Amino acid sequence: MAEILSPLPGIFYRRPGPDKDPYVKEGDRVDVGQTVGVVEVMKQFTEVRSDAAGTLDRFHIEDAGTVNPGDVIATVSEG
Amino acid sequence: MAFEILEPGLATTVQDRGRFGYYNVGIPQSGAMDELSAEMANALAGNTPAEAVLECTYMGPRFRTDMDAVIAVTGAPVDVKVNGRVRAQWSRLELAAGDEVSFGILQGGTRFYIGVRGGIDVPVVLGSRSTYGLGGIGGFAGRPLRAGDLVPVGGGAGALGGQEPRQEIDDGLRPRFEKEISVRVMPGLYDHRLTEQGMETLLGATWTLTPVADRTGLRYSGPEMEWRPRQQPFGAGSDPSNIVDAGYAVGSIQIPGGKEPIVLHRDAVSGGGYAMVATVISADMDLLARSAPGTRTRFRPVGMEEALAARHERRALLAQLWGTGT
Repeated sequence: MAEILSPLPGIFYRRPGPDKDPYVKEGDRVDVGQTVGVVEVMKQFTEVRSDAAGTLDRFHIEDAGTVNPGDVIATVSEG
Repeated sequence: MAFEILEPGLATTVQDRGRFGYYNVGIPQSGAMDELSAEMANALAGNTPAEAVLECTYMGPRFRTDMDAVIAVTGAPVDVKVNGRVRAQWSRLELAAGDEVSFGILQGGTRFYIGVRGGIDVPVVLGSRSTYGLGGIGGFAGRPLRAGDLVPVGGGAGALGGQEPRQEIDDGLRPRFEKEISVRVMPGLYDHRLTEQGMETLLGATWTLTPVADRTGLRYSGPEMEWRPRQQPFGAGSDPSNIVDAGYAVGSIQIPGGKEPIVLHRDAVSGGGYAMVATVISADMDLLARSAPGTRTRFRPVGMEEALAARHERRALLAQLWGTGT
C-alpha cells in the first residue's frame, strides 16, 4: 500500500475544472507520475502525482477539502 | 558559479534585507519575510547580513551546484537532502560541484531559507537584490525561479573579515514555528471606525490563518466586526470599511467588509481605501511569516513604549547572532 501525500497546504481538487471529469476515480489504475488531483494555494494549482503504480484504493481527502503538507490524499495498492 | 534549478518549488524568490525608500512611489520594501531565519542562513554560510538568499515557500526547489559551495538551510522545519541523503538544517553544509539539493515535505511553518557563501548574485535594483514579483523588479528576472534558471552565486569568500563562521545555530536561538501565536499590535490609525465591540472582537478573538497568505498579506478567518455608522465622506467607497485613500503601513490590518482581517506584509501595495484598524509591530512581522495556514493567532494590543522595547530586544538578538555586541 503506497500513500500519496500532499506537498502543500491548500484546497485539494480531484478534477481539473468544475465541469471536468475527475483525474482518477477510486478503483482506477494509476501509473507512476500520474496526476490524481491538484492543490490550490497562493493562486496557483499544483498537480499531485502518484509515486506508485497500481490501483487507487481510496481518496482520504474529499473533493475541495483542506489539506496540510504531509496529509495522505489517497492510498494506492501496488501491483 | 551558479545553481541550476531543476524544479523551482512553489514560489522560490531571491531576497535580501529589502528595498527601502521607494514606498512613496508604490514600490514596497520586499526582502525576506522571516528576516531572522534569513539572517541566520547568512551567518551559517559565512556571509554578512546583507547577502541575498533564496526564500522557499511550502515546497522547495531541486537544484544542482556547478561549483563547490557552502550553504545553510534555516526557517520552517523541512528535510534537507544532498544527493538524496538527509542533512542537518540550521547547520553549515559543504557541497561539491555537481551535488544536487532537494527538500522533503514541510513539517511546519511556511518559509525556509537557503543561504550560500558569497550570496545569490543577481543585479542590485534600487539598492536591493530582493524580488518584487508583482512589479517584476529585482531578484532573478523580477520573478520566482523556474526550471532551467541558472542562478548566479557570488564569488566572494564570504565577507566576514576573517571571522570564523558559525557551524550551527543553537537550539535556544532558533525561532519557533508554533500552531498558536500571539502577535503584538498597536491600535490605529483608523480604529475609531470600528465600534467598541468591533475593536474588542479584533483584539479578543482567536483568528485562524487561511491559505490565502503570501508575500503581499495574510488573511485570517474568525468572527465579524462592526463598523460605526457614518455618512461616507466624498472620495471614500460605499462599504463602511472604506476610507478616503490613504497610505498603508507594512503590518497594518484592514478588514474589508468587516470580515476576514488582512495583515499586509513586505510586498504590500503602498496605499488604498480600506481602514487600517491596527498595525503589527515590526518585531513581530517575522512571526506572521512563519505561520502556516491554520495557525491560531491572537492580536495583543501594546503601546509605543512596548513596541520600541521589542524592536530593541530584536536588535540585541541580531547583534548576539553576529557577535557585534549591543
